[in-house]
Amino acid sequence: MADTVTLAEAVRELVHDGDTVALEGFTHLIPNAAGHELIRQELRGLTLVRMTPDVIYDQLIGMGAARKLVFSWGGNPGVGSLHRLRDAVEHGWPAPLELEEHSHAGMAAAYAAGAANLPFGVLRGYAGNDLVAHTRVATIICPFTGEELAAVPAHRPDVGIIHAQQADRKGNVQLWGITGVQKEAVLASSRSIVTVEEIVDKLEPRPGAVVLPGWVIDAVAEVPGGARPSYAHGYYERDNDFYTAWDPISRDRDTFTSWMHEHVLGAVAA
Amino acid sequence: MTYTADEMMAVEAARRLTNDNVCFVGIGLPSVAANLARRTHAPDCVLVYESGTIGAKPTKLPLSIGDGELAETADAVVSVPEMFAYWLQAERIDVGFLGAAQIDRHGNLNSTVIGSYATPTVRLPGGGGAPEIATSVKDVFVTLRQTPRAFVEKLDFKTSRGDRVRVVVTDLGILEPRNGELTLVRLHPGVSVDAARAATGWDLAVADDLGVTEPPTRAELDALRSMETRSGAMRGGE
Repeated sequence: MADTVTLAEAVRELVHDGDTVALEGFTHLIPNAAGHELIRQELRGLTLVRMTPDVIYDQLIGMGAARKLVFSWGGNPGVGSLHRLRDAVEHGWPAPLELEEHSHAGMAAAYAAGAANLPFGVLRGYAGNDLVAHTRVATIICPFTGEELAAVPAHRPDVGIIHAQQADRKGNVQLWGITGVQKEAVLASSRSIVTVEEIVDKLEPRPGAVVLPGWVIDAVAEVPGGARPSYAHGYYERDNDFYTAWDPISRDRDTFTSWMHEHVLGAVAA
Repeated sequence: MTYTADEMMAVEAARRLTNDNVCFVGIGLPSVAANLARRTHAPDCVLVYESGTIGAKPTKLPLSIGDGELAETADAVVSVPEMFAYWLQAERIDVGFLGAAQIDRHGNLNSTVIGSYATPTVRLPGGGGAPEIATSVKDVFVTLRQTPRAFVEKLDFKTSRGDRVRVVVTDLGILEPRNGELTLVRLHPGVSVDAARAATGWDLAVADDLGVTEPPTRAELDALRSMETRSGAMRGGE
């Protein structure tokens, strides 16, 4: 059964320097509050995994938390590039960032393999492109048909972190709307933290929902608004204006650093 | 009726979709074109966004591929691993709309880096779904503005391969593969062959039967502008 704790306690207990950490969310339910807590606790040397690293990964990278990024699309959706990610890759600021880059299909297969406790995922992918020379992918032969397929090593993060709409008092978690790859991220990880909009007495079944039993989760923390500026279906809308505003904030190192001190480091942990 | 080059590009890209297409849609111009098609000649075209929404019918243009309205209006919402394995890889999707930073004469695309991979001049967001979209759908439609920086002799990085690219819609005209390379087959009204050649970083082949694109109709422009206006208004109000 998952322990119901504060976010600060969950991060202190479960995330360590040098860990491989996946904070997942596909536009929806991005665990921004948890990412901010990683920054406040000054974690260092993290390998960050995510299909679509966006603003929260830009912030983690710009604040020096990451050593390596494993990803398939790193941008500010609908706006443009991530300037802190670019600065780290192009100029090594604030520290060099190692990249392990995949396609979305490869990342999804790697998470599914991790969740299934398999060593690798299989897909018909990576055909005839230059990624192959720069990432961890191999060719395997189907033993039944002889077809050549791509194999990607399973994702097995130390910690998986997601945000959901609800948990009950036993720590069972329900999320609905666009559920992305969050179920796989939790099941593939050795330890997991789920922040939720609210803790309720009883989870009402929702169409298309993902339900994670409390016994596969280590810690649940109630963090209303924990996905902002992304959105929580049924709770609040995506703050599109913030994503647009992030572009000029993040372009300049000093503007970025001041913003982080004012809005993240100065803020009280949930 | 006056219109911009970007409007011509969006309208012409939308015309490529038919009512019985299932289309994998990226954000930006592809999403504008696909939603315009759904509001004009192809109301039953199925829009699939990689966030897992199948048959999304947004009333406003989404800013991201995972906006809530896509899920609310979809016929089905599936997980991301399911989207890429059961739907894209299983070849249930006919058309993929892609953009890129660079394209070569074979329709290969770069959305990864400008410069070398290890020490790039510009680190771009990356391929995302593109590598497998380009090899799993029947027909790839590409939309991007035609400039010498984008239409290059040699890509800095090959993010996705071009053998299923059927058409490239630019702000200047239409390119289609003929005799193994992208060939200018139509110009938009008022654009010269010289302008298209000047905007291309390779020696652009021009079709013998080079035509001129039909300008946007009033109905197409009205649909496009009302869609963009409504989105802007609603976005501002949120």
